[in-house]
Amino acid sequence: MTFSVLEGLRKFNIPYDFEIASIYQYYAKWIREGKLPVNSDWNKDLKLKFTVQDPCQIIRKSYGDPVAEDLRFVAKSLVGEENLIEMWPNRSNNFCCGGGGGFLQSGYTEARHAYGKIKFDQIVATGADYCIAACHNCHAQIHDIAHHFEGKYMTVHLWTLIGLSLGILGPNEREYLGDELKEINMPEE
Amino acid sequence: MAEEAIELGIIQCDFKKKAMEAIPGGGNLDMCFACGTCVSGCPATGLADMDPRKFLRMILLGLDEEATKSPWVWMCTGCQRCIYACPMEIDIPRLVYLARASWPREERPKGIRGSCDMALRNDSCSAMGASPEDFIFVVEDVLEEVKDTQKGWDNLEAPIDKQGAEFFINQNSREPVTEPDELIPLWKILNIVGADWTYGSKGWAAENYCMFLADDKAWEHVTRTSIMQAQKLGCKVYLNTE
Repeated sequence: MTFSVLEGLRKFNIPYDFEIASIYQYYAKWIREGKLPVNSDWNKDLKLKFTVQDPCQIIRKSYGDPVAEDLRFVAKSLVGEENLIEMWPNRSNNFCCGGGGGFLQSGYTEARHAYGKIKFDQIVATGADYCIAACHNCHAQIHDIAHHFEGKYMTVHLWTLIGLSLGILGPNEREYLGDELKEINMPEE
Repeated sequence: MAEEAIELGIIQCDFKKKAMEAIPGGGNLDMCFACGTCVSGCPATGLADMDPRKFLRMILLGLDEEATKSPWVWMCTGCQRCIYACPMEIDIPRLVYLARASWPREERPKGIRGSCDMALRNDSCSAMGASPEDFIFVVEDVLEEVKDTQKGWDNLEAPIDKQGAEFFINQNSREPVTEPDELIPLWKILNIVGADWTYGSKGWAAENYCMFLADDKAWEHVTRTSIMQAQKLGCKVYLNTE
């Protein structure tokens, strides 16, 4: 978890001599360098709408808006620019989903749902079919509040969409995709 | 009628004094002018009859016990939107962290404590308790299955403790423990870009519930274990996958 590492290194004066990065930065870099040849052709006719969660611990608390822009560059490359609908507010000013800080494990489930209602409303207002949540706490909470408040959106990891776009996503790697995407870009057996 | 007035007595503000020493730069705690920007921007406002401004004002008034013992300190996610919005950059999130830390360890929420204790069981530092042996077994097993059942992935790799790899990659325990098929797309992506990468048998787990528990010593142990493994392997980039 990005923030616990960065803040832990500072707080406890732990020496290290390497770069500490978020994978969003590298997904973006690899796409720009042509190493990750993704495209949004699979969504040209489907026109499924996506929104993207800015994880507090990666964006606001660690790398700020430059990495939020990397995240958007990756997301738009995958789903098509016209199919990415922003939540409001977003980037460094985004609302926390309510899954962070241990809330998911704290036992205060009712309070966590009340907290998450803000995120739920924010996602539903975009009209998106999918919310991209590339942080495990966000993924678990956004998935759970969809279920709790009976929302229709799906919650998806970034790596699933990259795999889908590249046509390398096996049949068992589609757990978080809806029925309309279960067969799309399926690799040959 | 208003509720009975709170008797302040002699204001001691012990918690505030301690907090100002512990927070880098002092946290600007005395600079609040009660504008409420934090309150309107906080999704935890109103939970457990508390909000960020109320929490801070109570600390400033020396109501240490009433503020720090509120269950609200476990409902604040530490998202830092309050300090981001605050014109005086008052460090309420670190104040909440210190309030959590003021609870006796055994009284902190069982779920968070349990996840931290799991991480302390072995060198994986996994909140789900998976050992290095468990992790290695799952990774090798899933890799073999992909090679056997999916066409064109004969060269797929998922190295563990590869000396000199460029990237040290961490992984949330959820994948190896509960949904191992979710490991595969990332491996394929790393293979396609030609990344020279490795997991560590120690400190591979990406999550850190000890930070959420406000257990400094355990938080440090988890972070140090993972960082030292990446350091030992001579990696150039510590890549957070979440």
